[in-house]
Amino acid sequence: MKKYITTLLLVFLSTWLLAYGNGDSPQDSIDSFPILNYILKADRNTNPSVDHSKFDILHQTFDSAQQVTAACLSCHTERDKEIMTTSHWLWQREEKIEGKGVVPLGKRNILNNFCIGTMGSEATCTRCHIGYGWKDKYFDFNEPTNIDCLVCHDNTGSYKKGKGMAGLPDPSVDLNFVSQNVGSPTKENCGVCHFWGGGGNNVKHGELDIAMLDCSPEVDVHMTTEGEDMSCVDCHVTDKHQMSGKVYALSSENKDRATCVYCHTDKPHKDNILNDHNARVACQTCHIPVYAKANATKMIWDWSTAGRLDDHGHSMHENDADGNHNYLSIKGNFVYDDHVIPEYFWFNGIAGHQLIEDKIDTIPVQMNSLSGSYLDKGLNMKSSAPSKIWPVKVHRGKQIYDTENMTLIQPKLWAPNKGEGAYWKDFDWDKASRIGMEYVGLPYSGSYDFVETEMYWPLNHQVSPASESLQCIDCHTRPNGRLAGLTDFYLPGRDFNPFVETAGISLILASLIGVGFHMFCRMVFKGNCKISEEK
Amino acid sequence: MKKVYLYKRFERFWHWGQTILILLLIFTGFEIHGTTDFMGYASAVRIHNIAAWVFMVLIVFAVFWHITTDEWKHYLPTIKNMRAQLDYYIVGIFNNAPHPTKKRTLSKLNPLQRLTYFALKVLLIPSMVITGLLYMYFNYPLPGIEMKSLELVAVIHTFIAYLLLTFLIIHLYLITTGHTVTSNLNAMITGWEIMDDDEVKEIVTEAVEEAGMKIKPIDDENDSVGHDEIKNLVIEALKETEEKVDKKKLKGQKGDHHIHDLMKPKPKTKKEE
Repeated sequence: MKKYITTLLLVFLSTWLLAYGNGDSPQDSIDSFPILNYILKADRNTNPSVDHSKFDILHQTFDSAQQVTAACLSCHTERDKEIMTTSHWLWQREEKIEGKGVVPLGKRNILNNFCIGTMGSEATCTRCHIGYGWKDKYFDFNEPTNIDCLVCHDNTGSYKKGKGMAGLPDPSVDLNFVSQNVGSPTKENCGVCHFWGGGGNNVKHGELDIAMLDCSPEVDVHMTTEGEDMSCVDCHVTDKHQMSGKVYALSSENKDRATCVYCHTDKPHKDNILNDHNARVACQTCHIPVYAKANATKMIWDWSTAGRLDDHGHSMHENDADGNHNYLSIKGNFVYDDHVIPEYFWFNGIAGHQLIEDKIDTIPVQMNSLSGSYLDKGLNMKSSAPSKIWPVKVHRGKQIYDTENMTLIQPKLWAPNKGEGAYWKDFDWDKASRIGMEYVGLPYSGSYDFVETEMYWPLNHQVSPASESLQCIDCHTRPNGRLAGLTDFYLPGRDFNPFVETAGISLILASLIGVGFHMFCRMVFKGNCKISEEK
Repeated sequence: MKKVYLYKRFERFWHWGQTILILLLIFTGFEIHGTTDFMGYASAVRIHNIAAWVFMVLIVFAVFWHITTDEWKHYLPTIKNMRAQLDYYIVGIFNNAPHPTKKRTLSKLNPLQRLTYFALKVLLIPSMVITGLLYMYFNYPLPGIEMKSLELVAVIHTFIAYLLLTFLIIHLYLITTGHTVTSNLNAMITGWEIMDDDEVKEIVTEAVEEAGMKIKPIDDENDSVGHDEIKNLVIEALKETEEKVDKKKLKGQKGDHHIHDLMKPKPKTKKEE
C-alpha cells in the first residue's frame, strides 16, 4: 500500500516540478535570450572614424546656416539626393489609404487633435523640420542648401533652432563648433523633435520623453543609462538616410517597420506558449504595461474653452496639482496623466485617416483608425500578418469644425504679429478659420463649433524590464482584465458559455445531492429497509 | 468469502495514472477556465499541457494493452442485467441484497459500468483529446481549414470537463458500495477483490471451461477426461481453500485486518507489502 502511495506521490511531484522548471525567469540576463543584428554596448567601438575639426572648410566664417550645408555637401556630395526623398524632409509620403487610393500623407497636410495642423503656421511648426526656411507653402523642397544637416548630426548638444524662425538655427549657435563636432544622431538629436511633439515634452506619444535621455530600466529597458544605453538609430536602422520604422498613428500601409523581432527573433521566450502568443498579441502589449512612466502625457485636449484671457486681456495658463498645464488661453483645457494603462485594440498595421477634405461621418471624429479585428487572420487577412492586440494611447480632443460643410477646420494658429488673424495672437476663431481654410484652398461656411475627436497612438517605446511585463492573469481573468474591452473573440480564463456553466454546475450539484442522499439512506437503513424488502 | 485477483498490474497502473492525471487536469483546467485561483495561471497552463501529453501517452499504452489482452471486451455495452443493476442501486442496496452482477475475471464490469466506461472511453476522453489538441494547435492552422474561433472548441472542452467531474463524484461514491466500504478501493490498489463463494465458484468454473477448451486440441483422445479431471481438481482445491478460509474468517471484523488475513491462504502467493 505504501509503495503505491509513494509511486503516486512521485509521479505527482515530478509532473509539478517539470511544470515549474520550464518557465522564463524575470532575472534572465541579456545573454540568456537570442539577440540578432545588434552589437552590445561592451563590444562597440565608439571611436569616430573621422575628425571633422581637421577640415579647413569647417573653420570658415559662416554667414548663414545654408553655407554649412554647402560645406557638408562639398564632401558628402550625393547625400542631399537621399535626404530629399525622405519623409523627414518632405513631411509626407505616398500611402495607400483604404477607399481613398494613394495619397501623399504627412505633417504637411494631415490634421491631428493636438495642434490641429501645420498648414498656415509653418514658420513655427517647421522648427522641427530638417530644413531651413520653410515659412509657407512656397518652400523650395529642391534646394539642397535648405537641408539642415546639423539638427540631426550635432554631437555637441549646443545646436538649436530658433522660435518662429522656420527652421533656422538660433542666432546664439556657434556653427563652426557644431559643424566640427558632427556624428551619428544621438537620442538628443531625435528627441529634440520627437520628445516635444504636440507642444511639450511627452505630450503626443506618451512614451517618448526627455527623461529617456537618462532613465532607469523601469522607464525604458533599452535606453536606460544603467544598461545598454541604446540610441534611437540602434532600432531605427538607417540606410541612405532612410530610417526604418514610421509612426503607426500616421501610416496607412504596413511596411518599413522597425520591429522587436528584428533583434529579438520571433521566438524570444523559452516558453513556447508565450512565443505562440505573438501570433495574435504584439510584443508591446505585454512589455509596455504602462506608459508615461517618467513624465505625464496629454490625454485630453479641449480647444473649445480656449480664448479666456486674464483681467488685463493677456493670455494666461493654469496648472494642475502635478504642475502640468490644465489651461492655456491659446489652446484650451488639457488633462494630463502619468503611468497610464493603455487601451487595447486589434491592429494589423493598416491605418485610416480623416483627411482635411473628408466629411465628418462619426462623432467622435476618428482622426485615424486602426484596422484590425479578431477575424482578420488566415485567408481573411488584410495585411501580411494577422491582426494583433496592440496597446494604444488614445488621445481624445474637442476641436473646431465647420457645422455647414461638416469638415474639420484648419485654423491659422501662429503668426509673428497680432492682427494677421492667427488665433494664438488675436483669439478670433472665425477669422483664424477663414484665413486658415483660404490658405489650404478649402471652403469655410462661416459657422463653426467644436466636435469631439479621437486619435490612436500605438505604443512602441518605454519597454519595461521582463519582470514588469504583463502576467497571464492580467488578461486571462474574469472581471476587469486588460482585455475586457476586446469582446470579439473567445479568451480562455475570461470567457465562458453561460449555458454550459449552468448545466455543468447543475450536474455537479445534482450528483452531489444524489450521492449524499443515497449515502444517507444507506447509513439510516443499514441494510434493513422494510420498503425495499417488500418490493 | 474469497479474494480473487481481478485487476492486473498494468490495469491498476493505468487506472491510478489516469486518476492522478485527471485530477491534475481538472484542477489546472478549472484554473485556466477562470473558475478557481490556486496555483497561478502560468503554472496551471504548464501542468495542464504536460499532464495532457502524459495522458495521451498513457492512452496509447492502454489501447495497446486492451487490444492485445482482449480486455476491451469488458467494455462492450450490454443491456443484460442492466435493470437488475439499477434496481440494486435504487432499492436492493438498502436491504443488503446481493450484487446482481457477479464480478468475474472474464466480466468484471456490471452493465451500468460497461455503459459508463464505454461512453467515457469512446466518447468523452477522445473528445477531450481532440478538443485539447485543437486548443493546443489552434495557432498553427493548415491553410484553408483555419478555425474561425476557439469558442466552440473551448466550450466543448469545458462541458466535457464538467461531465468528467460529475463522473468522478459518482464514481468515488459508488466504489463504496462493494462488500465493505473499502473493498473496491482495495481491489483497485492490490488487484485482489473479496467475493462471495458463489462468485468464486463461477469464476473457477469459467476458468476451467476456458482452460478446458484450450487444452482440448492438444489432447484429442483424452478430451473429456482431461476436462473433467481438471474441473474436479480445481473444485477440490477450491473446497479445501474454502475450508481453510472458513476457519480463518474473522467474523465481525472489518477493514484491513479482515482482508489481510484472507490474503494468506490464497493459492496464488502474494508479496507482503
